[in-house]
Amino acid sequence: MANILVFAHQQGDFLTPGGKEALAFGSRVASSIGGEVRAVLLGTTSEQSAKEAIACGASIAYNVQNPLLAEYNVELYVNCLYDVFQQTNADMMVVSFDRMGKDLVGRLAARLHVSAITEVVDFKTNDEKLTWIRPIYGEKAFGEYETTRLKAVVGIRQKSQDITEFTENHIGEIIPFEYTVSKEEIVTKLVVKIQAALSDIRLEDARIIVSGGRGLGGPEGFSELQTLANLLGGTVGASRAACDAGWVPSNLQVGQTGAVVAPDLYIAVGISGASQHLAGITSAKTVVAINTDAEAPIFKRANIGLVADYMTVIPALTEKLKKVLV
Amino acid sequence: MHIVVCLKHVLDPEITPRNFEINPVTYRPNVSDSDMVLDSFAENALELAIQLRDKTPGATVTALCLGNEDSEEILRRALAFTANAAVRVWEEEWEDLDGQAVGHILARTIKKLGGAELVLTGYQASDIEEGLVGPIMAEELEIPCVTLVSELELDGDRVKASCEAEGGYSVVSVPSPAVCTIISAESNVPRLLKVKDIRLARSKPITVLESEDLDLDSERSQPGARLVKAYVQNTEVNCEVLPGNDGDELAGKLADKLVALKIL
Ligand SMILES: Cc1cc2nc3c(=O)[nH]c(=O)nc-3n(C[C@H](O)[C@H](O)[C@H](O)COP(=O)(O)OP(=O)(O)OC[C@H]3O[C@@H](n4cnc5c(N)ncnc54)[C@H](O)[C@@H]3O)c2cc1C
Ligand SMILES: Nc1ncnc2c1ncn2[C@@H]1O[C@H](COP(=O)(O)O)[C@@H](O)[C@H]1O
Repeated sequence: MANILVFAHQQGDFLTPGGKEALAFGSRVASSIGGEVRAVLLGTTSEQSAKEAIACGASIAYNVQNPLLAEYNVELYVNCLYDVFQQTNADMMVVSFDRMGKDLVGRLAARLHVSAITEVVDFKTNDEKLTWIRPIYGEKAFGEYETTRLKAVVGIRQKSQDITEFTENHIGEIIPFEYTVSKEEIVTKLVVKIQAALSDIRLEDARIIVSGGRGLGGPEGFSELQTLANLLGGTVGASRAACDAGWVPSNLQVGQTGAVVAPDLYIAVGISGASQHLAGITSAKTVVAINTDAEAPIFKRANIGLVADYMTVIPALTEKLKKVLV
Repeated sequence: MHIVVCLKHVLDPEITPRNFEINPVTYRPNVSDSDMVLDSFAENALELAIQLRDKTPGATVTALCLGNEDSEEILRRALAFTANAAVRVWEEEWEDLDGQAVGHILARTIKKLGGAELVLTGYQASDIEEGLVGPIMAEELEIPCVTLVSELELDGDRVKASCEAEGGYSVVSVPSPAVCTIISAESNVPRLLKVKDIRLARSKPITVLESEDLDLDSERSQPGARLVKAYVQNTEVNCEVLPGNDGDELAGKLADKLVALKIL
């Protein structure tokens, strides 16, 4: 039976979204090939998040309690996860390929002499042989990969897993894992951490997003979008072209290299719909596109399309909705 | 101070989906030479490398690419950026390598070149987006790795890097030598090349190395993952294009629709 070790990252007393996604993915693999999910938690917390990991499908939660692990440090985390992998004789490690995963997956796989595969969204089984499915070429295609070594570290693409279903009554055991950490291991020293000015609503959590692209022609267009977004109780996003032009700050970027969003309504204004942009809105429920070019690829993703100059539509739309909504 | 920047030759990420096909036999995209470009984050890394060199007396930049002869195009580009040297490593049987194998081979190449105080890569190549080469090289060379770096500063024998962090950014400091994987930022927008530099780059030498020049580990130069199938997935949605003569009419229709669908 495969022993699937999942890095269940926690913050405060809760699992992070990445931690939950990794558990969800690990559990799916386990039930498909007949395996057991074991979670590893690092830091200093109550048993709250270990219990959560069990509810998410782990039958064992290894709790590595150490104050030095409370703050993320790449060397300490790699060393510790390496140790847990070896000592528990894991067959595979599942890690969210989030900010931290991007540090961890390659290093762990190289040190363990096992395969690494990243940005995985799904898998297939064929006679117990697993193939990993991931987007390639800026989401224009999908590739299926076989790992060539017996064991592997698997990095899961952010926001690719359904994490809604887990059961409180799943049973498992919390096992304290002894691990001695020394400050000497720290090579990467944190100088300062700067929290970005928090806009009212995080793009990732927004229910409604009005996004603008190069087609807005300048920063002024964004204030029109902001007015509309405020009215709808939503927030403003942007394409990379608009961010690169300096019209809006880069933390508003939606897409493969920006925020991956899942709103109920996504209004794309003056955005052509490059695959890298669409990669950020695959989970958007309803997409509205406003674009002067009827041939723009965004119309192949949008549910509702308006072939029009945004300057004639957006102010009128705001006025109309004011009447309906207020 | 020797800075090595690793450059990958990739399919142009901006290629329109209409012109994008996966060959059903080879599972590779059907491409012509003109569709290949320098990976965009690697180009940001190159720009940063040149800027650092120009600020640091005695520093040099070597552009390094694992790729076939066609990829010399991007090394020429690096030379036109005024990189001091260009190195290409290649073997016919390296056609299907992944980031793990590439990371191993590039790390051994850097050793062969006498090492480097700073190794820069893009954070994820825009074709397969593995995001592995930087961290793997760091592990191979047993040096630190900072990922998702937007700005770099040399600070004596340490490197100070600003990198993306959850909900903002961090500044970290690591001892040199180190690997940094670079993201795009205002400060590393690739420069416009001078015609003179492009011309000069044409006649500069490119050093070509093969596996026998490197002390490779036979196992680690094998890929950890192999592509067994690839396909374009049709994700097209049926779009309802609202009819209307002017913005006002369209706006009205859209408002009604959003309300009727109970989205608002
Ligand atoms: C490695 C990599 C990662 C990337 N990651 C991202 C990412 O995360 N997010 C992202 O967005 N992009 C990303 N990109 C860039 C992406 O490929 C596109 O270049 C970018 O999304 C284009 O932005 P745009 O749609 O705003 O601009 P354009 O493609 O220039 O489109 C502008 C659109 O506006 C329309 N228009 C013009 N005038 C008007 C008007 N008056 N009213 C209405 N419509 C109008 C035009 O018809 C056109 O369709 C990435 C690229 C690479 C290489
Ligand atoms: N074949 C290659 N030759 C040189 N550099 C590479 C190669 N493949 C990847 N890289 C570097 O590693 C970065 C990340 O690539 P990847 O890990 O493949 O996503 C790229 O942006 C390049 O800087």
